[in-house]
Amino acid sequence: MANLNPLTWWRRFLALPNDSSAKTFMVAFLVASVSAAAVTITAVSLKPRQTENVERERQQRMAEMLALVPGLADILGEVNADTLETRIVDLASGTYAEDIDPASFDAAAAASDPARSVVLDPERDVAGIGRRPDVVPVHIVRQDDDLLLVVLPVYGTGYQSTIRAYLALEGDLDTIAAISVYEQGETPGLGTRITDPAWLGQWAGKRIADESGEVRIGVVRGAAGNEYEIDGITGATRSSMGVSNLVRFWLGADGFGPFLANLREGRT
Amino acid sequence: MRASLRHVLFPIVDGNPVTLQILGICSALAVTTSLATSLTMAAALTFTVTASCFLVSLMRKHIPSSIRLIVQLTVIASLVIVIDQLLRAYAYGMSQRLSIFVGLIITNCVVLGRAEGFAMRNPPLAAALDGLGNGLGYSLILIVVGTIRELLGTGMLLGFPVLPTVQAGGWFQPLGLMLLAPSAFFIIGFLIWAIRTWKPGQVEQPEFRLRTGSGRRPA
Repeated sequence: MANLNPLTWWRRFLALPNDSSAKTFMVAFLVASVSAAAVTITAVSLKPRQTENVERERQQRMAEMLALVPGLADILGEVNADTLETRIVDLASGTYAEDIDPASFDAAAAASDPARSVVLDPERDVAGIGRRPDVVPVHIVRQDDDLLLVVLPVYGTGYQSTIRAYLALEGDLDTIAAISVYEQGETPGLGTRITDPAWLGQWAGKRIADESGEVRIGVVRGAAGNEYEIDGITGATRSSMGVSNLVRFWLGADGFGPFLANLREGRT
Repeated sequence: MRASLRHVLFPIVDGNPVTLQILGICSALAVTTSLATSLTMAAALTFTVTASCFLVSLMRKHIPSSIRLIVQLTVIASLVIVIDQLLRAYAYGMSQRLSIFVGLIITNCVVLGRAEGFAMRNPPLAAALDGLGNGLGYSLILIVVGTIRELLGTGMLLGFPVLPTVQAGGWFQPLGLMLLAPSAFFIIGFLIWAIRTWKPGQVEQPEFRLRTGSGRRPA
């Protein structure tokens, strides 16, 4: 009668010569399965906590950036907290997508969904993002119906990672109020200096476009010369240019350009 | 007892993985810009090398020699991913600062070197102690380098100001070089010099001698 005791099978397996093909395959299979199980269990069980951390980081950066804009904290304090209104914008037409509820909108899912994003040609893809979502959320602060601040989520490729940031524009839509990088994985000690408050602080007050509407803002090598230029970071050229490119892309015609034009003329 | 103590103590100075075996230099350069990152990295590596040596040693009699490196790497890689996930969940800010280097523990030669060189031929307890000793030896160098770099590069330790910097109205001018990778090379080089002066037994025999002009035969 066949022996069905698994322990006997296990002993017989261990007794096989190490160099036999059967044992080689079995050991490889067992090690791989046990390792895969351990990794999967950890990853899946910790996922909610990690997502929570990323979300908290994002909100904290947003709050930090808003706190940097002069006088904004007072305004937000004196009016209700919900002055910061979130709307979903259709980038191609530059209008609000009224049919999407901002509360349940998942921007990360929308950006990677082929049905809800467009592939960019390499020459138009200044920010190096490959595909651009059709709709993105924007945050708008108003006081007595006057536009006070528009906060745009922006992202693009730096030297070795995707840099994600919030870009706040003042009510004239032609001046940077603040920029805050909330997610990046650049070279520690070099590229990570794009998160340095002193460098990010330089962006505040810079103008975006000239009279003809051409986007002029950007990082230059060496010292900045005019109201559109920001100093590059020595040793982090690719990372600081990455921030520059992503800002230029998202303010341009393929980014928020049409939306900002509509907003400026009060058409939205 | 004495033998097991020796497994732990020997790699700390006498057989230090960084300064004697010159392993794990890459991460020692990358994560030592501040003491906090050095400490986290040191803890992560010590855990990985101890646990992987223990697990590899448990299986050592049944690992076919044709796939032994792959099996060791699978064990190490799984442990590293688990640590990386734990850091992301419980120390998110730190994991952002260490970025890719936790994941790169997989390729740290200290870990694979101990698994292949010691754990494959020794019982689990001795292997775990040897792993612990090597992890501590690596940690020691990381902590020394991290302390020097953070102190001289920023005037702070663990984020607390120690030397008053010029920007803050003090006298200390931070050395920007200390925050760049080459400074770690210099510091590790000086450490190796110091240790080999203290323990001349660690000095390697030259592999060949340069011929001097006078010893040359006429053509």
